[in-house]
Amino acid sequence: MVINLLKYALVFIVSVLLQVLIFNNVLIARMISPFFYILFIILLPFDTPRALLLFLAFSLGLTVDIFTNTPGVHASACLLTGFIRPGVLQLISSHETLESVSAPRVENMGFQWFIGYATFLVLIHHFFLFFIEAFTFQGFPFILLRIILSSVLSVVLIVLSQFIIFRK
Amino acid sequence: MKNLFRLIYRYHVVLLFVLLETLSLSMVVTYNNYQRATFFDSSNFITGTLFEKFSSIFQIFQFKQVNIKMAEENAILRAALQEHLLKSNPGTYHASDSIYLPRIAKDSSIRAVYRFTTARVINNSVNQQHNFITINKGRHDGVKPDMGVIANGQVVGLVTNVSENFSTVISLLNSRWKISAKIKRNDYFGSLSWDGKDYRRVQLNEIPYHVPVQNGDTVVSTGYSSSFPEGLTIGTISDFSIGTGSNFYKIEVMLAADFKNLVVVGLVENKQLNEIKQLESINKNGN
Repeated sequence: MVINLLKYALVFIVSVLLQVLIFNNVLIARMISPFFYILFIILLPFDTPRALLLFLAFSLGLTVDIFTNTPGVHASACLLTGFIRPGVLQLISSHETLESVSAPRVENMGFQWFIGYATFLVLIHHFFLFFIEAFTFQGFPFILLRIILSSVLSVVLIVLSQFIIFRK
Repeated sequence: MKNLFRLIYRYHVVLLFVLLETLSLSMVVTYNNYQRATFFDSSNFITGTLFEKFSSIFQIFQFKQVNIKMAEENAILRAALQEHLLKSNPGTYHASDSIYLPRIAKDSSIRAVYRFTTARVINNSVNQQHNFITINKGRHDGVKPDMGVIANGQVVGLVTNVSENFSTVISLLNSRWKISAKIKRNDYFGSLSWDGKDYRRVQLNEIPYHVPVQNGDTVVSTGYSSSFPEGLTIGTISDFSIGTGSNFYKIEVMLAADFKNLVVVGLVENKQLNEIKQLESINKNGN
């Protein structure tokens, strides 16, 4: 229990640090910027109480907001992601697997399942984030293109991280 | 009453979600660049220190380039100074001559309106709609809100928040900030803003139809905001068109400063800023 707590605290810190120190400086082709940090929301155990999940997602977003001077933007996007996550899980996996397996990991759930699950959450998060940031539906096709391309990069980074740093 | 609690308990997740979402969205909406709580700001101690430590590792690789740039800038400034001395004191460039001292003193009193210092960029972004820069000088070093920020003589941004050792700067690449700018060739001024799309281009608005505009025209600061001296380069006009149903041009300005590669910036302080603001506030209050 305590080890788990420390482990997720570490995941929280590492994802925030990687995001604000490295990935916030990435801008490819003047439109693609990855938001890697929601890895934390993705990796939380299946049996996390929903209220706790909301609190954790909210504080994750707010922490990134403090670093990027955008109060509320990341917090609201993360909150939505955390709110929708249980629904997504029920949609893409059976009740029995959710009961028997502890956390959404590649080795527990399979490569394909993990990519699908991560893509789902990343798309929800990015969609909300980019539109809240722009606060307008003007230039819709451009923002949509940014969302899709950025999501692809974020998913690639999140999946890669499963094989490099967050192996356990 | 018991039923009410049961209802709240049953929907506590949804209620919590709505509550926190309202809270964060109200933060987004009410957020104002000039009156922000310092807590939500990268000039605070923890984030500032973290950014400073991290950036000092990576900027080592950039310092060679920065040195070359600064040496070039020094050469240009030295040449400009010589020219200026020659112009203001025809026939001599020996400032030590006592006869010309009063004239030089008069000139330097104009120059003394602005005070220049430098700072190192410890965090910067160009990939958002509202970009900010964090620098490693704060109140302790005499930095104040509303000081202008320049790099190689080009406009970069404006200091918004100041903590003891760090400050945040609202970047020209922030769609919530506008400054006045003019076309150098004919002195027509408009407002400069960013549409959030391309970090190398900003838009110059409110230049009326009848003004002759050309691709390649230089756009410079006006000095109306009092934070910047007049005539600092902002960029060159790269494209312009006449907006449908409007009386103004849509002008695209290619920025002169490379925002993706800022390491050292200059801070400009207008010593008369308070006096100007006080005077202007009389007009606002007295209408």
